Amino acid sequence: MGIGNIVFIIILLAASAAFGYQASKIRRNILLGKDLDRNDRKKDRWILMIKVALGQSKMVVRPVAGIMHIFIYAGFVIINIEVLEIVIDGIFGTHRAFAFLGGFYDFLIGSFEILAFLVLFSCVVFFTRRNAINIKRFHSKEMKGWPKSDANLILVVEVLLMFAFLSMNSTDYLLQQRGADHYIAAGAYPISSLMTPMFEWMSTDGLIIYERSAWWFHIVGILLFLNYLPISKHFHIILAFPNVFYSKLQPAGKFTNMDRVTDEVKLMMDPTADPFAAPPPTDSDAAPEKFGAKDVQDLTWKNLMDAYSCTECGRCTSNCPANNTGKLLSPRKIMMDTRDRLEEVGKNIDKHGPEYNDGKALLGDYISEEELWACTTCNACTDACPVNINPLEIIVDLRRYLVMEESKNPSELTGMFTNVENNGAPWAFPQADRLKWAEEF
Amino acid sequence: MNEAIKVPTMAEMMASGDSPDVLFWVGCSGSFDDRAKKITKAIAKILAKAKVKFAVLGTEEGCTGDPAKRAGNEFLYQMQAMMNIQVLDAYEIKKIVTGCPHCFNTIKNEYPDLGGNYEVVHHTQLIQSLIDEGRLTLQGGGEFKGKRITFHDPCYLGRANDEYEAPRSLLEKLDAELVEMKRCKSKGLCCGAGGAQMFKDAEPGNKEVNVERTEEALQEKPAVIATGCPFCNTMMTDGVKHFEKEGETQVFDVAELIAKAADL
Ligand code: SF4
Ligand code: SF4
Repeated sequence: MGIGNIVFIIILLAASAAFGYQASKIRRNILLGKDLDRNDRKKDRWILMIKVALGQSKMVVRPVAGIMHIFIYAGFVIINIEVLEIVIDGIFGTHRAFAFLGGFYDFLIGSFEILAFLVLFSCVVFFTRRNAINIKRFHSKEMKGWPKSDANLILVVEVLLMFAFLSMNSTDYLLQQRGADHYIAAGAYPISSLMTPMFEWMSTDGLIIYERSAWWFHIVGILLFLNYLPISKHFHIILAFPNVFYSKLQPAGKFTNMDRVTDEVKLMMDPTADPFAAPPPTDSDAAPEKFGAKDVQDLTWKNLMDAYSCTECGRCTSNCPANNTGKLLSPRKIMMDTRDRLEEVGKNIDKHGPEYNDGKALLGDYISEEELWACTTCNACTDACPVNINPLEIIVDLRRYLVMEESKNPSELTGMFTNVENNGAPWAFPQADRLKWAEEF
Repeated sequence: MNEAIKVPTMAEMMASGDSPDVLFWVGCSGSFDDRAKKITKAIAKILAKAKVKFAVLGTEEGCTGDPAKRAGNEFLYQMQAMMNIQVLDAYEIKKIVTGCPHCFNTIKNEYPDLGGNYEVVHHTQLIQSLIDEGRLTLQGGGEFKGKRITFHDPCYLGRANDEYEAPRSLLEKLDAELVEMKRCKSKGLCCGAGGAQMFKDAEPGNKEVNVERTEEALQEKPAVIATGCPFCNTMMTDGVKHFEKEGETQVFDVAELIAKAADL
């Protein structure tokens, strides 16, 4: 085993361990959320996942971006087979370990090349579109700074990785033709064979150095990229699948029932209940659970998984009636804020332990009341999201906290509440007038 | 045809030992709002014409709690819901039709969690089945024949409950020219009333949602903007007024169009 193989194995192990560590942190953070049972209707869930996550059915609503996204995605998934070969070659010092597959190997390498080219092409288009063309959803307030660089960095890295892959093949192809040692003739090179004029001038040694460097750049780049995912919106390539699997399956209009409220309301409405009876014993002196959500831990784990799955594409926001008419609310920002706050809470736990309270909260420090009250609960955002993220649930849970814990709502709504309570209607009409219309025929 | 229509209440029906096939849940807007009352009357006329045995709760009906729930007041919502469920169950109601997508969504999807289980249909769905069963017949589209009509999808009928076809199939029966807005069906833009927005001023912005939506509708140069929700109706009517287009474009509920076409 050469020194190169040992270095490779060390890098591979370190990168995998680092990724595992980061992923476990994200898992822990997601599980800070409240319980929610999403294990019913397994079959429907699998079908949905195959359709929406694997089949990207909601991406193609915007056909051009949708198809190019499928190129990048297919390239990502399929080129992983190539990575498997690279890993084997790296560990055992072989070259093109799968070459024994013969004609099928030619087919594989040929299709990797075509995909790599499509990925490269799509990334260049996406980069240009994002930066040179004025598409509103890429330039909103919440996309300034890190989110913007994150998006661009991913595209640049993918272009570099794909170029490394293609130029590696191109030099390999030249070396095969020159009959260089070790470079067995294998594979079909529909794209990289066209690139040979870029490298033909090199000496055989020069070609070998380039080929090896590109090989290392490609694999180390992929391993670094793997470790970049967890801090990036790009983590969606992994979480999109479980996130769609655990989607809400009921009609979009159905909001959750708060069972704890049900218990209390039943007690209030039960004429036989003793109002002075001792409250049911609780098993600890823990603070009573609050109504609604103030911070990320009050949301469900699915809301938190949503936040990590968000790719910041802005399709939700560009369909939001409130955002479209200049209101502060942006459902994408709701998701980005939830993730940012959750990351902050996670870091606090790492540094100071689980009991630490930094005095901040999602509500107030990240998301303002003005944003929350602009929502019409229209579900356009949940419908538009390609990975079935639900910003509306978070908005409503935060509203619940504002109303039920702090009685903080726009004053007109207090009027509406009072009317419903006293007149059984949101307006101050006497209940006795309910059937007036029937006298008017 | 303008003879008085008898609208029996559940209490009356019960007293005479009778029970209806379907309860007509009128909703607060349909009971109190002058514009929405016309929709209510159109639905009642259609039900009567098709000889549907129906009744209303009258003064025993209360707000479903929808605006309270969307605003985050779960306590108030559940109080309302449980009172309504008590009434509905006392009358052993099985099937409900309503002209309001908000009532429709709440009773259909949210009452079951509180023990209220009913078959709930939106009025456009019921009217569609009445026509399919031959219980209601239209002689052509009447005054709407050949007119341009665009349908604004109410969020709580469309996206919330996946019903896009029933209202459209009724509009087709009018022999009208059905034109779709740029954003329609699952992509339809909200009118701006949902989520308790109806009862408050909008947050600061650069436009009212209903103005944005009406502008889009008016681009299709329709003679009629059709809706299936009393709140959408208010919002779109205000929008048309905003653009001073009352001369060219009218806002009607699908039920009103059907009632007119059936000469009711
Ligand atoms: S549900 Fe609320 S946040 Fe989502 S699109 Fe509608 S108004 Fe915007
Ligand atoms: S929530 Fe969905 S639609 Fe909105 S930005 Fe995130 S991924 Fe895109």
